[in-house]
Amino acid sequence: MGWGGLTFVAVAVALCCPAMAQQAPSGAVSCSGCHASAGSGGPVASLADRPAEEIVTALLQYRSGERTATVMDRIAKGFSDDEIHAIAEWFAAGGEQSARRSQP
Amino acid sequence: MPQVASSPRGAASRRWFLKGLAASGAAALYAPRVRGQQPAHVVVVGGGFAGASCARTLKRLGPELAVTLIEPSLRFTACPFSNPVIAGLREMDAQQFGYDALRRDGVAVVSQAAVAVDAESRHVTIADGTVFSYQRLVMAPGIDLRFDATPGYDAVAAEAMPHAWKAGAQTLLLRRQLEAMDDGGVVVMSVPASPYRCPPGPYERASLIAHYLKTHKPRSKLIVLDAKDRFSKQGLFEAAWQSLYPGLLEWVSLSFGGQVTEVQPASMMLVTDFARHRADVANVIPPQRAGAIATAAGVADQTGWCPIDPVTFESRLQPGIHVIGDAAIAGAMPKSAFAADSQAKVCAAVIVDLLRDQVPSAQKLVNTCYSLVAPDYGISVAGVYHPRGGLLAEVEGAGGTSPADAGPAFRLQEARYAEAWFDTITTAVFG
Repeated sequence: MGWGGLTFVAVAVALCCPAMAQQAPSGAVSCSGCHASAGSGGPVASLADRPAEEIVTALLQYRSGERTATVMDRIAKGFSDDEIHAIAEWFAAGGEQSARRSQP
Repeated sequence: MPQVASSPRGAASRRWFLKGLAASGAAALYAPRVRGQQPAHVVVVGGGFAGASCARTLKRLGPELAVTLIEPSLRFTACPFSNPVIAGLREMDAQQFGYDALRRDGVAVVSQAAVAVDAESRHVTIADGTVFSYQRLVMAPGIDLRFDATPGYDAVAAEAMPHAWKAGAQTLLLRRQLEAMDDGGVVVMSVPASPYRCPPGPYERASLIAHYLKTHKPRSKLIVLDAKDRFSKQGLFEAAWQSLYPGLLEWVSLSFGGQVTEVQPASMMLVTDFARHRADVANVIPPQRAGAIATAAGVADQTGWCPIDPVTFESRLQPGIHVIGDAAIAGAMPKSAFAADSQAKVCAAVIVDLLRDQVPSAQKLVNTCYSLVAPDYGISVAGVYHPRGGLLAEVEGAGGTSPADAGPAFRLQEARYAEAWFDTITTAVFG
């Protein structure tokens, strides 16, 4: 891909992202039922400011049983690889907080 | 005399109107604006987990929207963790939350009851006669207790035999009755058939009442009369009861005569087809239906609950009205605070999309319900749901209950997670 292609991608990303931030991927809004948006000091980890790869790895390992959990193993089994990646990227981009910045 | 929008009803569909807000205690007074300049108006009826979460999320996702929350109570009293209040493990003020955070977010909170909904002209009338018009209405009326379902059990009987199924004065009444009971007394609970608010809730309550009796009044007994043969997290509850409360807690299933057919509050008697149980303390959890305003709005069907589209939560009976939380028929999704909050956030996003002429996408939703069987012994059930065949169905292979063979450390961890969940969700919705 030449520079022209990269520029196109960059523009496309810039154009798409306000809408992307707006649209929570499937299942993502349920996470904040337990995971506080900011560090609460409680026993359940916040998902804010975590890299997408870290969330993806955790969810895939919960799903496979490689990582033990109380409930996240049961919940992760309800999501596909694509859904897990989309949720992780949405949280890494700010999650519900990012929606505050977006306007139509 | 009722106040009505001054414009013809047809034109009022793009217009909304507030009057008497100063009298009702709300901060802002909005004047009608010229058509085309004014924001779309979304009205939310009911300020529990579902309604408050939806109102707040609507304002966050759609700052351009005008959002009005109609809720008569000045403070919300949460049902989750009200069982520990009954058992003396927690105080009521930890259950109560105000609406100031919603006001700060720009939600107009109107502290009156909604009394009528005209789905055709898209108007809501509140107790003082003020009429609001809306583009989209969210109804989150929660439950009403059916005081017509069990002979002898009405609102007056509930003062002698509390239901404590709407947290508040009834919760404290049941607690005081337990505290006043002599050691050696008999506590009788009556549990309804499904569906009802919080499927595992009666069994958590039975567990924590048993914990209270074991700790303070060990010669006492708890009998649970159930209109069902099966219940949520049954294996986990029964194993815990056997190890923690042997001989103290007796569960009587439907097949063994658990269905209460009549109550006699004057003599504190609960009657089944097989026996009469005299109680020193009676907790009658009656059958339920969606809050009365749902029937008034025409969104409840013959079952008393509200059929919805599983993608948009729009009523199957009245276009323009979305129903979320305990009042909705959400398929496999239980009537829980977690589910209500999940539905609220999905519904808010759908409404923002619809008002921006975008097509909402189908979403998966999650539920997690914790129960305490003792202060340091928590169990859970989780589920993932997706729209299938016109309902919210469980995603196969996901969800389920805590493992049966888990050790004390796991149970303790789930008890702490239960508390953390309550803090997180109430902070997110009301804090």
